[in-house]
Amino acid sequence: MARYVALRVLQAIWVLWAAFSISFVVLYLLPADPVSIAADGGGAGTPVDKAAIAELQARYGLDRPLWDQYTTALGNAIRGDLGLSISTGRPVTEAVAEAVPATLGLASLALLFATLGGVTLAFAATYTRKPWLRNLLAALPPLGVAVPTFWTGLLLLQVFSFHWRLAPAFGGQGLRGTVLPALTLAIPIGAVIAQVLAAGLESTWRQPFTEVALAKGASRWWVQRKHVARPASLPAFTIAGVLVGNLLAGSVVVETVFARAGVGRLTQTSVLAQDIPVVQGIVLLTSLVFVAVNLAVDLLYPLLDPRIAARGGRSGEATEAEDIAEEVLVRV
Amino acid sequence: MIRTRRRILALVGALAATSALAACGSDSSAPGGDAGPPRPGGTLRYGLSQAPTCSDPAQAGTNQTLYVARQIVDSLTDQDPQTGRIEPWLARSWEISPDAKVFTFHLADGVTFSDGTPLTADSVRNTFDSVQRLGAVKSPLGASYLTNYVGTTVVDRLTARVEFSRPNAQFLQASSTTQLGILADATTAKPAEQRCLGDNIGSGPFTYAGWRQDQSATLAKRIGYHWGSAVFAHRGEAYLDGIEFTVVPESGVRTGSLVSGQLDAISDALPQDVPQLEAAGARLLTTVNPGVPFGLQANVTRGPLRDPAVRKALLPAIDRKQLVDTVLGPQFNAASGPLASTTPGFQDFSARLAYDPAAAKGILDQAGWVPGGDGIRAKNGERLSFSVLFSQAFAGNQAILELVQQQLRQVGVELKLDLVSSPESTARQNAKDFDITYYNTTRADGDILRSVFGVEGRNLNARERIPALDDALDGQLGAVDAAARTALIRTAQEQVLEAGLWIPTIELSQAIGAAANTRDLKFEASARLQFFDTWLSGR
Repeated sequence: MARYVALRVLQAIWVLWAAFSISFVVLYLLPADPVSIAADGGGAGTPVDKAAIAELQARYGLDRPLWDQYTTALGNAIRGDLGLSISTGRPVTEAVAEAVPATLGLASLALLFATLGGVTLAFAATYTRKPWLRNLLAALPPLGVAVPTFWTGLLLLQVFSFHWRLAPAFGGQGLRGTVLPALTLAIPIGAVIAQVLAAGLESTWRQPFTEVALAKGASRWWVQRKHVARPASLPAFTIAGVLVGNLLAGSVVVETVFARAGVGRLTQTSVLAQDIPVVQGIVLLTSLVFVAVNLAVDLLYPLLDPRIAARGGRSGEATEAEDIAEEVLVRV
Repeated sequence: MIRTRRRILALVGALAATSALAACGSDSSAPGGDAGPPRPGGTLRYGLSQAPTCSDPAQAGTNQTLYVARQIVDSLTDQDPQTGRIEPWLARSWEISPDAKVFTFHLADGVTFSDGTPLTADSVRNTFDSVQRLGAVKSPLGASYLTNYVGTTVVDRLTARVEFSRPNAQFLQASSTTQLGILADATTAKPAEQRCLGDNIGSGPFTYAGWRQDQSATLAKRIGYHWGSAVFAHRGEAYLDGIEFTVVPESGVRTGSLVSGQLDAISDALPQDVPQLEAAGARLLTTVNPGVPFGLQANVTRGPLRDPAVRKALLPAIDRKQLVDTVLGPQFNAASGPLASTTPGFQDFSARLAYDPAAAKGILDQAGWVPGGDGIRAKNGERLSFSVLFSQAFAGNQAILELVQQQLRQVGVELKLDLVSSPESTARQNAKDFDITYYNTTRADGDILRSVFGVEGRNLNARERIPALDDALDGQLGAVDAAARTALIRTAQEQVLEAGLWIPTIELSQAIGAAANTRDLKFEASARLQFFDTWLSGR
């Protein structure tokens, strides 16, 4: 087990380094120069002073050779210093740290809604034996994935904020201000959970042991609860990493529509301004979250399915759960 | 003695206020007309369409930043949006040397900054010196207004002499801008980045009470303010207790919030939202941005646009009225010259810019551009085809250029659209990597022609010297006499069209949505919001 954990931690560090390096290369290869953008002052129409740009480039170290910038930035990043934002001049760590709590609150509530909704939907769809209801419920997840997030958000605002005035339309903090954006964000994520879980439930229902249980006189509900639920939930658990990705990507749109502060808005504004240090800080944060979630999943996996620990880790041999998860993701 | 002088000043101010009010008239009238006299009190909730970039007036560039920063800082002078004339503000009077190099300002007495320190000639010197230190990167506009700045001399406590090494007639208008607003030493002593954090100290009618980058800015009324500009409609303190600016990027959410009473006024109301706004009793306040209107600027070193005949043929080939009617709506105007109609010194060239495809074809025929099989012209094997670099900085850009594309096709010109992000557009403009580029620029002074077209200005035409044009552009900087300066600015406009350096399309309008309870929200001369006279009714 110790070796398993050590291996996973090393893997996590490697992923972080790769994310830093790849984003560095990609961002610095972009055609636009962040300094002349910052110097343009909102399209002022005045000539951009060459000497002033050179001075600013020196201030941000952009005039040094690329490898030198890279090693310095990597060294600083390891010490927790991500540099200064080019557009606002604030330390990147400060800007990112300030954005995290709001997004964390939003994402947690969204994940809660998504799990409740997704699990209920999947259980209902696989439990019912009425074909029309089953088909109706099975059609909902693809719809949830397909509907654009900004459209859902505007619709919810139109009804609950502009018409009924139950929730603030923008900048909302606290539970009342977070429900609508969390609901918006939860829909595509709940849809993925529902889809993966439903596929897992269906395939588990087809396993011989359920028939044995039913033959012994157990009710469908008891079998679903005692025999089907746990093995079927493994694929849904496996895609936690993907869900985290969806949450972060979705927060860009949701935080913009609901005018909330957070990582999504910070991403959007700093990409628009090509504020490379901030964008890189966000890439690092995102990969850190990914790595942490996947590490947690890897470490919790053996607890849910003892067979995995016996085989020495899930990466050794693809489990059935992962097969289902992959199959569903391809369909999604 | 002081009291009498103040009383006289107040009287003069009141008279100025009455005449200014009479001049404004239309924009302050609200539907119903039962508003009664302005009532003080209340906090106005305003929805910005973009986050302000920095709280420092000197570093402000974008409209949304200026809407906030303008309220906390007073300038030496103010510009009347109706007449374009420069009026007293912190400076009660001024003299300009005959060579337009020396400007002497006599400051009002008794003005204090919000930290209690008095306004003196030292404040003026420290402010301008600090803008100079911020430089063209941190304060591109401020630094451009102070080109050839030598320094400010403190003649006495309330007299400041600003000197330039070369004539700089545009500086008087520049002294009315937000970027050159006078700040207290507490702010000017700080480095650039620390001036962006929302604790800037000015002498304006409002002060910063809260600043959260990318989210909101809260302003509070300055108690005891009594040195408003001659352009303001009333004396004394602002009516509003405070202003709460929130960044609401989604236009549908801004409109919905205004209609549902969660906001009192919003930026960038879209034409398609107007019926919804009007149905809820809100109205649209519009004004034309002064400066260089939207238009096409050719890089004269590349492709078919090297030929002056091609550039001149584009002028009558565009149906500007159709652009406005089809894409934009009634709050927008067709451009009628290289300057927008609200810019002092503007000359109307609409006759010359009239839609006349036959004339455009005639010019191209004469220059030897012959229509090919697909209708696109060619000359010596070169197709009359070029691409336009633009960004979505203004939402209507793409639709307008698509229509321009169709119109140009009628006369045998192929226009290809090259839509890029704003940062990439800036980068490629700076590298002069484009055939023709599409944008606009705001400034309430004809000197913008020199910034945009001057051979030593931004010069996206990449042109060589044209004596008639460059002499006029440089000459207007030395002209103290208003009539002489206007004449030179007119010559410059004519020369810009003559050389086909700018193909004007439409004038940008600001469209501010204001709820029925929001009264007297006004634009200053540079089309930015001024909240001093604004008040809330029935709340």
